[in-house]
Amino acid sequence: MRDRTFAPSRILIYLIVSLVAAAWLAPLAVVVLNSLRANEEIAQGSMIGWPQHLAWSNYAAAWNGFCVAETCAGIRPYMLNSALVTIPATILSTLLGAIAGYAVSLWRFRGDSWIYGIVTLGIFLPQQMRLLPWTIVLRDTGLMNTLTGLVVIHTIQGLSFTTLFCRNYYVAIPQELIRAARIDGAGFFRIFWRIILPLSPPILVVTVIWQFTHIWNEFLYGVTFTTGQQQPVTAALIALSAGVADIPQHGVQSAAVMIAALPTLLIYLIGGKYFVRGLTAGAVK
Amino acid sequence: MTIAASTGRGRPATSEVVRRLPEILTIWVPLLLSAAHLIAFSLWTIWISFTPSTLVPVAGWVGLRNYSAVAASRNWQIALDNLLLFGSAFVLLSLATGLILAILLDQRIRGENLLRSIFLYPLAVSFVVTGTVWSWLLNPGLGIQKLVHDLGWTAFRFDWLIDRDMAIWTIVIAAIWQSSGFAMALFLAGLRSVDADLIKAAQIDGAGAIRMYRRVILPTLWPITITVIVIQLQFAISTFDLVRALTNGGPGIATQLPALVVYDLMFQRSLLGRGAAAAVLMLLILLAVLLPYAAWRYIQRRRAIHA
Repeated sequence: MRDRTFAPSRILIYLIVSLVAAAWLAPLAVVVLNSLRANEEIAQGSMIGWPQHLAWSNYAAAWNGFCVAETCAGIRPYMLNSALVTIPATILSTLLGAIAGYAVSLWRFRGDSWIYGIVTLGIFLPQQMRLLPWTIVLRDTGLMNTLTGLVVIHTIQGLSFTTLFCRNYYVAIPQELIRAARIDGAGFFRIFWRIILPLSPPILVVTVIWQFTHIWNEFLYGVTFTTGQQQPVTAALIALSAGVADIPQHGVQSAAVMIAALPTLLIYLIGGKYFVRGLTAGAVK
Repeated sequence: MTIAASTGRGRPATSEVVRRLPEILTIWVPLLLSAAHLIAFSLWTIWISFTPSTLVPVAGWVGLRNYSAVAASRNWQIALDNLLLFGSAFVLLSLATGLILAILLDQRIRGENLLRSIFLYPLAVSFVVTGTVWSWLLNPGLGIQKLVHDLGWTAFRFDWLIDRDMAIWTIVIAAIWQSSGFAMALFLAGLRSVDADLIKAAQIDGAGAIRMYRRVILPTLWPITITVIVIQLQFAISTFDLVRALTNGGPGIATQLPALVVYDLMFQRSLLGRGAAAAVLMLLILLAVLLPYAAWRYIQRRRAIHA
């Protein structure tokens, strides 16, 4: 069953996986092709078709030309918003998660397993349970409709995942290593800096990729807590498709969708192995 | 090791605490913020669900009135029906797709890495993007139906997106496309960790490929299967973005789901009490899935320790 002969059954296997792979790639192919077709060309035919001539101008229009909710600056400001939320929140939540994971797994302190247990419950608690409280907190701190507000939310909520990832990685480090360092007089920070961090790159890559992808793709908080020019790109895409319903511009819209999806797709292409590791690490909690 | 033990005294001296303040703060502030927000936010939302709050939160007690109002609303009833259909169809179909793909990829085929990347890439894309793209493909005037009509077969119909009875299936399709790869990845990892001796022994016994899978390999996969089911159910219960982008709950309210009802009550109708009640109901549905799973995991772990 596991040999490389070319029996009919093997041809059938290749046929099936190729067909499924084609189906899986089809939506991507459709968007890429449409992003290069003129709006009128799509309007005459369907969304599925080969470009008659390459309309690269779609990308320019999508980037800084067309109008979302009465502002005509393209998708650029929203991409910038997403970057300004995603990058700080990813770095902060990963760093804090690494420290917390190290503290609960190796440093140990009174109440560590309790607090760790509560923090990881955040993985399961639906966002809907936190929507109203965040509304109040953001309003009272003056962070409503600001990017800083979203950074705060994603950092605090991200801690549940980042602490879990890092803790599960650090428990494999022998406790004796830490004990010996403490006897030599090394403190909490020095041990983290000298021993833990140099051992951490594999888990930090997984965590950063996980956090970046999730925060970039997040929609509910973006659409609830920001409006207009402050929205991240996911929320802006919805506003865009609602805004152009009268005169569809599917070529430009496809280009906008491609641009919005590009950062996480690129990260997946480069670090796919780590992305999958994060998926399975999150699953085997 | 506790602070007390490390100082070698019964209680740490004040100067010791001051010296270690940066460390104590670094450890506790993020963890406490995270834990406190989880507990306080949950309790607060539960409390609001028992108050007569509408536009703003107010104190007061209305008992279960918000819950009965939500449960009696057509919106919520449709959302629950949809969740049941969407949840079971999506979980079963993505499980089957993932398992079949994993078994096929496990046959030492060429290009396995490439194929695996192809099946997993939708997971890296936001549901807003996925939903938007599928809304184009499934739109009868734009997508697949229009293409087939243009090719000459004008009797062809594929208009689930605007069909009240079938629209929920468009969400099933998009969700399967987006997350079957996840099931595949977990199953493939499971298949790869099946004991090689077990397979060899079955081969010596003359078991064919199909028998081998049915009798030897698949039975070892059921813990993974349960994990996949629970995670996919968790996703199904909280589905929001995908529906917003694909159907926005329509046509009419035909593809309403609990998360959309919560959002609608809280931020569009400004009925905070009812919105909170709907959110708590969502949490209860989730707990109905997660608590048995947690109990099962606990028993499994106990057994592994005692074995």
